[in-house]
Amino acid sequence: MIPLSHFLIISACLFCIGLYAVLTKKNAIQILIGIEFMINAAVLNFVAFGRYDKENGGGQLFALFAIVLAAAGVAVALAIILNVYKHFKTIDPSKIDKLKD
Amino acid sequence: MNAEQLIFYFFAALVLISALMVVTMQNLVRSIFLFFVTLFSLAALYVFALADFIAVTQVVIYVGGVLVLMLFAFMLSNKELLNSLEPIKRTFKLNHLAGIFICLSFLFILVSLIVQIDFSGLDWIKSAAPILEGDNTIHAIGMHSMTRYLLPFEVLSVFLMMALIGAAHLARKGKKI
Repeated sequence: MIPLSHFLIISACLFCIGLYAVLTKKNAIQILIGIEFMINAAVLNFVAFGRYDKENGGGQLFALFAIVLAAAGVAVALAIILNVYKHFKTIDPSKIDKLKD
Repeated sequence: MNAEQLIFYFFAALVLISALMVVTMQNLVRSIFLFFVTLFSLAALYVFALADFIAVTQVVIYVGGVLVLMLFAFMLSNKELLNSLEPIKRTFKLNHLAGIFICLSFLFILVSLIVQIDFSGLDWIKSAAPILEGDNTIHAIGMHSMTRYLLPFEVLSVFLMMALIGAAHLARKGKKI
C-alpha cells in the first residue's frame, strides 16, 4: 500500500511544473497544457484522499466532476484561442493587448 | 520493495519526467504528443489509489477528447510552426529565471508542509475504513452520484450543455463574436 504522502509529493511536483508552464510559456496552447497539469495534480490529490472516504465516496466523485469540468473548460478555451488567432494572427498572450480594435 | 511499489514509482517517475519534457521541449508538436504519455501514466497512478473508474475516465476524456481537440487547435493556429520542425534556437531569458524561482519556492513550501504532517495519525484517516483491493468502486460511484451527490451531478450536466453551446457559438464562422 502506497503511503498518502507519496501521492501528495508527486502531485505537488506536477502542480509546480504546470505553474512553470503558465508563468513562462509564450504560446496559449502551452499555457493551457500547464493549466491541465495543475488540474490533474488536484485530481490526483482528490483520488489519493478518496481512498479513506469509502462510505461517502466524495474523493472519487469530485475527481470525476473535476475531470469533466476541465474537459468543458478546454473546449471553450480552444474555441477562444481559435477566435483570437483569426483576429490577431498570433496566439502569443503578450502580443494580444487590445480589447477592441 | 515489492512489485506494487516498483510499478508505482516507475509510473510516478514517468509522469514527472514526461511533464518536465513537455514544458521544456522547444518543438511544440512533440510536446503535445508527450502530453499523452503524462496523462496515461497519471491514469496508472489513479489505479494505484484504487480509483479504477477515474482512471478509465481519464483515458477516455483526456486522451480521447482533450488531446485530439488540442492537436486540432494547434494545427489550425500554428501553420508556420508546423512547416519548420527543426527546434528553435534555445535562448535563455530572464523571465524564465523568475518563473523557475517562483515554482521552486512554491514546491519547497508544499513539500515541506507534506513532510511535516503525519497523515497516518490524523483522526479521520485512523477511523476510516479504507477502500480495499476487492471493493466494487464503480457500484459505489453509481449509487452516490444518484443519491448523495445528485445536485452537483445535475448542475454539472447543465454546465456541460452551456459549455457545448458556448464553444459552438464561439467557433462558428461569421463576423459577430
